[in-house]
Amino acid sequence: MAISTAPAAPPTRPAPTKADAEPRRRRAGRLQGSRWIAVAFAAPLVIYLLAFYAYPLIRSIDLSVHDYTVRAFVQGNAEFVGLDNYVTVLTSPLFGQALANTAVFVVASLVFQYAIGLALAVFFRNSFRLSGVLRALFLVPWLLPLIVSGSTWAWMLNSDNGVVNSVLQAFGLGQINWLTSPDTSMLAVIIANIWLGIPFNLVILYSGLQNIPAEVYEAASLDGAGPWRQFWSVTFPLLRPVSAITLLLGLVYTLKVVDIIWIMTKGGPADSTTTLAIWSYREAFGTGQPDLSPAAAVGNILIVIALIFGFVYLRTQRRQESS
Amino acid sequence: MTARRPWWKTVLGIVFIALMLFPVYWMVNVSFTKTQDLRLDPPHLFPFDATLDGYTEVLRQQLPNLGTSLLIGLGCVVLTVVIAAPAGYAISLLNLRGGRTLNFVLLVAQMIPGVVMAMGFYAIYVRLGLLNSIGGLILADSTIAVPFGVLLFTAFMSGLPRELLQAARVDGAGAWRTFVSVVLPLSRNSALTVALFAFLWAWSDFVFASTLARNSDLKPVTLGIYAYIGNNTTQWNAIMATAVVASIPAAILLIVAQRYVAAGVTAGAVKD
Repeated sequence: MAISTAPAAPPTRPAPTKADAEPRRRRAGRLQGSRWIAVAFAAPLVIYLLAFYAYPLIRSIDLSVHDYTVRAFVQGNAEFVGLDNYVTVLTSPLFGQALANTAVFVVASLVFQYAIGLALAVFFRNSFRLSGVLRALFLVPWLLPLIVSGSTWAWMLNSDNGVVNSVLQAFGLGQINWLTSPDTSMLAVIIANIWLGIPFNLVILYSGLQNIPAEVYEAASLDGAGPWRQFWSVTFPLLRPVSAITLLLGLVYTLKVVDIIWIMTKGGPADSTTTLAIWSYREAFGTGQPDLSPAAAVGNILIVIALIFGFVYLRTQRRQESS
Repeated sequence: MTARRPWWKTVLGIVFIALMLFPVYWMVNVSFTKTQDLRLDPPHLFPFDATLDGYTEVLRQQLPNLGTSLLIGLGCVVLTVVIAAPAGYAISLLNLRGGRTLNFVLLVAQMIPGVVMAMGFYAIYVRLGLLNSIGGLILADSTIAVPFGVLLFTAFMSGLPRELLQAARVDGAGAWRTFVSVVLPLSRNSALTVALFAFLWAWSDFVFASTLARNSDLKPVTLGIYAYIGNNTTQWNAIMATAVVASIPAAILLIVAQRYVAAGVTAGAVKD
């Protein structure tokens, strides 16, 4: 399943394959005769999307503009408060910190996942003995349940008995309180998240590399370009579309990460790892007292942020296609 | 083709994979460590003096949870394929009107954070009495895989030769017959990929489980592990043993279906 930049011939231009195009259009017309049948096949999905995406989403918006206490939740008579929850959230001292934490978490994770993933993809580009097996093994971290990876990292980074500190001590470095000091907790969850993201980056970038024709490299080396030069003048520019989608998917995924941070630090200590997603999760489900209305407000702000990046991406992609 | 195999690359590759998989190794190592040795400094790098205590603990406490997770995973697989395969067929081969819009909606759907979905589901489930039920979790967990499934089916089915559909039509098959006896059999590989991911994601889900099934008698295994951590337990060997057991489906699927896993990861990047 390659990343298809499907060369769908623009219908207006008289393509050289005009003879082919004619019957294809007629064929399409015949299949289209059954438009309602197509709708029938798609109907379960549409109903599903309405029931399990649109409706929960509407409920979450509804939560954010009412004041849902636990009692109001059961009785269903929550007071309408308009945008009060959003105002509360946006003016909360935690908002700035959560936003900054989210930015640090996302940017640091993306940069390192991508750089390491790309370096490994280039390393694996030419096959060598065992390369297939080794590449498959790189997928392991990605397939493990996040709670498994999270608790393993938490134990490895444990201050007193963690293997990481005992290795550091062997090199003469002092003990680091990875998860219990606000100075290093963010670093700790970022390290774990980078580890989790490398396989995904590796696989997508690797398949992107496979789609770069070998002749380009031959031409480059005939022109006397060394490996370093080849990477910067051939590989990297030709990989740009694939890089863009890798980073976008990584961004969308990283923005909404809850599991790994929650399992390792619960957003602490002293809110040092509280991202927007963690904040929302903690307000709603992390304490004994569910506070769903502000939590929904934070969550909806997060959606808006994700959508903005999504649309920026689609825009640039469309512009690239039309040029 | 060069005759010379760059052996140093193999060596380097093994070094890289050793670094990458160290946490996995460490999980297995700790799962065999005796409770009194957990606090050793420096820790044993190999399970010299292995114990199965952690695993007996798992068997004693986690078997029902593993069963619950299995049930939820399989339920999600069925639901996802049943919804996604016909939709992919409609978008890719039946020239569905608004197919592009639908693809766009699916793309956006994947951007919604799980926390927000969880709150929506929570609010709905309170009313419907679906909290703490396996069915409720199957429905919620399936939302992770359905958009991905539709996009993957659409991408694969658009690659099928249209001549085959025409041949079926000439033979008098309607859209449904064509779907069941031509398109579905040909899409077996993509169905396997979708099923594999639907299962793994449902099996690994933590956000929905921890919000919609917190007080359930039948917990998925992810909550089983979480309960261990939450209790401030020192039984890290038991936690790691559960973690190892919870990773077994991933390990099996990786060995059996390695090809499909790679295909699926890349398909996540297929644009409309």
